[in-house]
Amino acid sequence: MSKRVVLEASHAVAEAVRMADVDIVAAYPITPQTHIPERLAEMVADGDLDAAYVPVESEHSAMSCVLGSAAVGARSFTTTASQGLVLMHEALYIASSHRYPIVMAICNRALSAPINIWCDHSDVMACRDTGWIQVFCQNNQESFDMTLWAFRVGEDPDVMFPVMVNLDGFILSHVTEPLILPDQDDVSRFIPEYHYRLALDPAKPTSHGCFGLPDIYTEVKYSQELALRKSRSVIDKGWKEFSNIFGREYKAVETYKAEGASTLLVTMGSLGETAKMVIDERRANGEAVGHLNLRLWRPFPFDEFRDAVKDVKTLAVLDRCYSFGGPGGPVASELRSALYNQETRPHVVGFIGGIGGREVDAQAFGYMIDRANEITEKGSDDLYEPLLVRGLESGTGVRG
Amino acid sequence: MTGQEHLIHRYLRSSKRFPHVWCPGCGIGILLGALVRAIDGNGYGKDDIVLISGIGCSGRLPVYLDFNTLHTTHGRALTFATGIKLAKPKLKVIAIMGDGDASSIGGNHLIHSARRNIDITAIIINNQIYGMTGGQSSPTTPFGLHTASSPFGHLEHPFDIAKLVEAAGAPFVARSTVYHARILERLIGTAIAKSGFSVIEVMSPCVTHFGKWSGIGSAVQMMQWQKDNTVSIEKARNMTPTELQGKVVTGVLIDAHKPTFHEEHARISREMKD
Repeated sequence: MSKRVVLEASHAVAEAVRMADVDIVAAYPITPQTHIPERLAEMVADGDLDAAYVPVESEHSAMSCVLGSAAVGARSFTTTASQGLVLMHEALYIASSHRYPIVMAICNRALSAPINIWCDHSDVMACRDTGWIQVFCQNNQESFDMTLWAFRVGEDPDVMFPVMVNLDGFILSHVTEPLILPDQDDVSRFIPEYHYRLALDPAKPTSHGCFGLPDIYTEVKYSQELALRKSRSVIDKGWKEFSNIFGREYKAVETYKAEGASTLLVTMGSLGETAKMVIDERRANGEAVGHLNLRLWRPFPFDEFRDAVKDVKTLAVLDRCYSFGGPGGPVASELRSALYNQETRPHVVGFIGGIGGREVDAQAFGYMIDRANEITEKGSDDLYEPLLVRGLESGTGVRG
Repeated sequence: MTGQEHLIHRYLRSSKRFPHVWCPGCGIGILLGALVRAIDGNGYGKDDIVLISGIGCSGRLPVYLDFNTLHTTHGRALTFATGIKLAKPKLKVIAIMGDGDASSIGGNHLIHSARRNIDITAIIINNQIYGMTGGQSSPTTPFGLHTASSPFGHLEHPFDIAKLVEAAGAPFVARSTVYHARILERLIGTAIAKSGFSVIEVMSPCVTHFGKWSGIGSAVQMMQWQKDNTVSIEKARNMTPTELQGKVVTGVLIDAHKPTFHEEHARISREMKD
């Protein structure tokens, strides 16, 4: 029987990891991720989760440890944030290149310097090109659901890629909300027993991590790229199966009140909930506005995204990360790039805000809608507009 | 107001917004006082000193003091310190770290700094737990202790930091506690004046987490614990291993002479010129 419970998102993720019956958890404490490994440590100690839990000596060690456990075919989980994620960077590429379906929850947090423990997306954006499947969550239920889904999709023989589940640090990780925990039998049906056919095994020797000389490296990397793109169909199939079993529907690109909308607010992560509230208000006033939640960041859902915005005039995109000296925030830049060769395309207006925990409230989203509409109307040479910078007049953009 | 308070105030960054981040009963403030008195007692100017820290509760210490200060990333205080010392050998370079900072994520830098014998003073505040992230087991957490990440007892055995750096080649190794604040002050003064890689392990109470998990209890009880469970190295030499069980040995544990990295570098330069 599924049951309605009240949990903070960190504990919801830990529940999902327990129900997925992982074999190995390796983690190093970092704010705001600590509640996930602490809860898992408790579950292991209580005998509720039959796994080995290793409190390693750094995040680099955490990722390296799950690389080892994944190599022998153990279902492996780790979790981190911010500096911890960027310390793992080298090993992240090994996970995706070796095709180990490790699942990692990231409680998104700003990067140093200055030291800041609050939420933005700088940490995961620095890992954009590591070859991991990357999804974002808007609330606690989604944090639970995406973690389960990550095991199902990552371990699919047609995928075999590691998955990052992004939940906003503090805003989700430390917030307590009601959610539905499914029945264990349903979870076991959704996530079948994992069998890794290339697992290190003395009876059937394989070698992982070989040299790739120039005569083969190009082909290896191209096949990795094809494989990640090909995983799109399993990613969608995973959500379809999820909905069939648990009743909640997810998609790579999710729209809200977007029908007939001329302007869409685009967000990733928990701010989608605030944005939707603003859309409700604006719709009540008869404005043709909607919301687009980009759930899947890698592999990027080009078709769904283009389809969702084909009749839209303006996209007001919020980035929670700088791309210093670049074309704007990473999300807005990619959306522009995805649309560039389309015959008709909306005007993409980028905003960078919510950095290092700075609040982006309903009023800010209201401003984004109005300002983006104005820019579509009048035009602008700005690359993007920084939001809520003290001392900076609103409407001041950054030019190339 | 006593004279000591005046001395501290000369070194605190008055523009810095207080109160500080440390919990009531934390030992880091006592160490800060001892450090300031040691520096002042040695007669160094403020500009002669560089304080470098990593991440954790200890990481905030340099922020409050009016020296050249650098608050770096987790575990890397010694690498930043090495860079500073190489570029500005005349500066007195002091790295302030916690046990997690120095012996887990930055453990490699600790042993290699000792091996290299670079002229840096490493002050390692050992509270035997990760304090800032909420009381998880660290590399110095006692075996069997219940913590936030080992709720049914820690399965791993702790490092003896002093022995670790001794084995790695540090020519000066000392240990004290914040209870022994005056002795601590003298040891810090000696360590900074000493050339080569000098390490002071400072046993310090984390009341909020270690006090709770270990059952030792309040700040006063943790101080009492330090008083009751420390033995000076002079006394310890005449004690049996059984008698030393569970005791923290304090004082100057190693004091040797060994050419520093800079001295070796100067020697090789001379030889090459000749």
